[in-house]
This record gives sequence, structure tokens and C-alpha cells, in this order.
Amino acid sequence: MSSLQQAYASDASEGEGFNPGDMINHHIKDAHGWEITHGMVVPLPIILYSEPDGLMIFSSSNFFNNAHEEVAYKGYLLSHEHISRADGQPVYDFSITKNVLFIFIDATIMLLVFFAVARGYKKNAGKAPKGVQSLFEPVIIYIRDEVVKPSIGDNYQKYLPYLLTLFFFIWFGNLLGLIPGAANMTGNIAVTAVLALGTFFITNFSGNRAYWSHIFWTPGVPWWLRPIILPVELIGVLTKPVSLMVRLFVSITAGHIVVLSLVSLTFIFHSWTIGFGSTVIVTLITIIELLVATIQAYVFTMFTSLYIGMAVEEHH
Amino acid sequence: MDLLIPDYGLLFWQLIVFSIVLTILAIFVWKPVTEALRTRESMIEDSIKSAELAREEMMQIKADNAMVLKEASVQRDQLLKDATIFANKIKDDAKSETSKISEKMILDAKSIIEGEKNAALSELKNLVSTLSLDIAEKLIREKLNNDPSQQQLVEKFLKEVKVN
Repeated sequence: MSSLQQAYASDASEGEGFNPGDMINHHIKDAHGWEITHGMVVPLPIILYSEPDGLMIFSSSNFFNNAHEEVAYKGYLLSHEHISRADGQPVYDFSITKNVLFIFIDATIMLLVFFAVARGYKKNAGKAPKGVQSLFEPVIIYIRDEVVKPSIGDNYQKYLPYLLTLFFFIWFGNLLGLIPGAANMTGNIAVTAVLALGTFFITNFSGNRAYWSHIFWTPGVPWWLRPIILPVELIGVLTKPVSLMVRLFVSITAGHIVVLSLVSLTFIFHSWTIGFGSTVIVTLITIIELLVATIQAYVFTMFTSLYIGMAVEEHH
Repeated sequence: MDLLIPDYGLLFWQLIVFSIVLTILAIFVWKPVTEALRTRESMIEDSIKSAELAREEMMQIKADNAMVLKEASVQRDQLLKDATIFANKIKDDAKSETSKISEKMILDAKSIIEGEKNAALSELKNLVSTLSLDIAEKLIREKLNNDPSQQQLVEKFLKEVKVN
């Protein structure tokens, strides 16, 4: 948090007046460069596709001159993190943005950690776990025995790899987002949308007869109610993943907004006392956010397991 | 509001990266890890089960031992009792046998004594008769010599008889 405070201390002293809304928006939104602290920007690759130029890859630093002002580059403009062509033709932006970078970092950490874990199982086959293996084994077993098995039932094996990947991807992503200067990747709706989409497809592709008959011709209700229930059930199919998508996005974004708002107080009041107070509260909130990071990963995995469980459940 | 509109570039990268991570982890990590966990868990379960079984067997053996011990003590008691009865019987038998033998011996002794007595009596009779004959003979001889002295002689011979 200290780096954030330093960054915005300089912001406030620049005289233009400090706008906490802009600062917070700037922080929780995606960007084409990774601004670790104020004025320290790591340029990221810009990947564009447009009809006239085809595929183009260049550094995001090309969009800025030495005075950190936005300039056009090869007929492309970057304004408010949106890239457009000077001639108005459509351009498709597949840049490695700050959040994409953190997706990569999250994925890399996962691969490193879990390959180490898998090596542990190969090396200590049939023995007690050691090192990283023993750190993650309880979590893996918890997800398997307390989340997946009770929700899905006997046929849980098939879904375990997806659910474990899901849990650790969100958990690591949430924790990464809490590092000062890092991007809150899991607080972006595109990221949560893809995760929810995965849940949506897996749930509906594994849905058995009982699941679909429950949606299209709900048993146990009067026949004239069934056409009324049908649209409700169909909406339910969609609201399940949407609720997952929104829940994760909102809780992570909200946490960051709370932290950033409290940090902003210091610069709004220009006061050491409030600065000290807000630092204490921000520290406490960050500790709570650590908990939220874990709970949200758990909740996402839990609900996905429940939805899959409902889809594969035999007729009751 | 644009916070709520997913960016297609980010959607694209997230989809690609997540799919790759899922595939790699599923093949190279989750499969061996879950298998290893299952193997280890079944191993632990098996060892617990076999330990339980061994414990039960031990208990069974202990119970068997106790029963064998009990049986043995019952048998020993029975044996002792039998032995005592047998010994008593032998003792009684021996006693009755002995008394029979001694009775017989006494009877034998009595008959022998009787025989001996009869023999002695008959011998004595014979002796008395021979003595009487001798005395008579001597008396007759002495009477022929002097009368008073004959009296003395009879007394003298009677003395001799006593001595004999």
C-alpha cells in the first residue's frame, strides 16, 4: 500500500486537484501499460488487427512521447485505453494489456507451483507429503472432499481437474490482485465471464435426462403451470453463470474500490492524521481482502460444483 | 458503466490461457496427483483394516488361550479328583485284601496251633502212658525190695516226671 500512497502523494501535489474517482477508475480498469507506481510504466505489447494493415505488433510506449503525452503512432491513436484508427476504419485490439499480463503471470505461477506439487507426488510416492506438496495437498483434498464430492456425487472424478484449476486460478488471481501495483485481473468482467462460460458449458453439456426434463417439462406440477415454469427455468440456466460472473467481479472490484477510496481520503484532506488512520484501516481491509480472495475462489468453485451436481443428479 | 462491458481482447486471452492451463494441469498434474492421493488413501485404509483384523485375531487368540487354560484347569481338577478316588479305592482294596490275608493267616495259625496242640497232647498222653508204665514197672520192682521205701520211690519218680 505504501507505493500507492507515494504515487498519489505526488498526484495530489501536482496542483490540478485530486480526483479520487478518476484515480480509482484508472486503477481498477485495464490499461495498455503496466503502471507499477506513478510515472513508472512498464510498456506492454500492442497487438492490433485491421483490414488495411493486417496484424501489427509494437510496444505501447510508442503511444507516448517523452513528456508522457498521448501521441498517434502509425495512424493509430490511444485515448482512454481505447485504440482507434485515425481514418476511422475498424481496428481489433488483442493487446497484451495489464490484465492479460496478469493472466499470464497467474498461469505461470500455477504451472510452476503445481508441477512442483506433481513432482512431489512422483518423488514421495506412497509417503508423507513434503514441501510445496504438503502446502497444497490439504487444499486439494479439501476441494475434492468438501466441495466437489458432496456436490457432484459419485461421478465427481471427471469434473475434478476443471474445478481444481478453476479454484486455484481464481485464488491465485485474487491474491495477485492484492499486491500493490498489481492488476486486479479477477475483478475484470471479461475474466470472470470466461470462467462462468466454462461453468455454463460444462453444466449444460453434462446435463442428463432428469435435468432437461426438469427444465422443459417440470415434473410434479399441474400441467397448465408447466408452460409458465419453462421460461423461468430457461432464465435460470442463464442466471446461474451470470451470477457467478458478476459475484466474483463485484466482490474483487468492490474490495479494491474500498481500499483505494480509503487511500484517497489522505489526499482529499491533506492530513497526516487521516493518512495514518486510513493506513491502519486499509491494512485491516487488506487483511479482510485476503480472506475475501479465498472465499470468492471457494464460492465460485462451490457453485460450479453444485450446478454440475444438479445437472448430473439422477432422478430423485 | 464500461466496467461492465467485457473487453473482447481480454476475453480472447483469458479463454486461450485458461484453456491451456486447464489442459496442461489436467494431464500433467491433476491426473497423477489425484491418482497418487487415491493410492495413498487406499493404502492407509488397507493398513488400518489389516491392523484392525490383526487386533481382532489377537483378541480371538487370547480368548482361545483363556478357554484352553480354563479347560486345562477343569481337566486337571477332574484328573485330581479321579486320582484321589482311584487312590482311595486302591487304599480300600489294599486294606480289605490285607485284612483278608491276615484273617486267613490267623485262621491258618489257629489250625496249625490246633494241630500242634493235638500232636503235643497225644505225645503227652503217650508220654504219660509210658511214664505210668515205667513207674508201675519200677513200683513193682521196688515193692519187691521194701515197703516204706517204695513210697519214697514213688515220690522220687514223680519228681523225675515233673522234671521231664
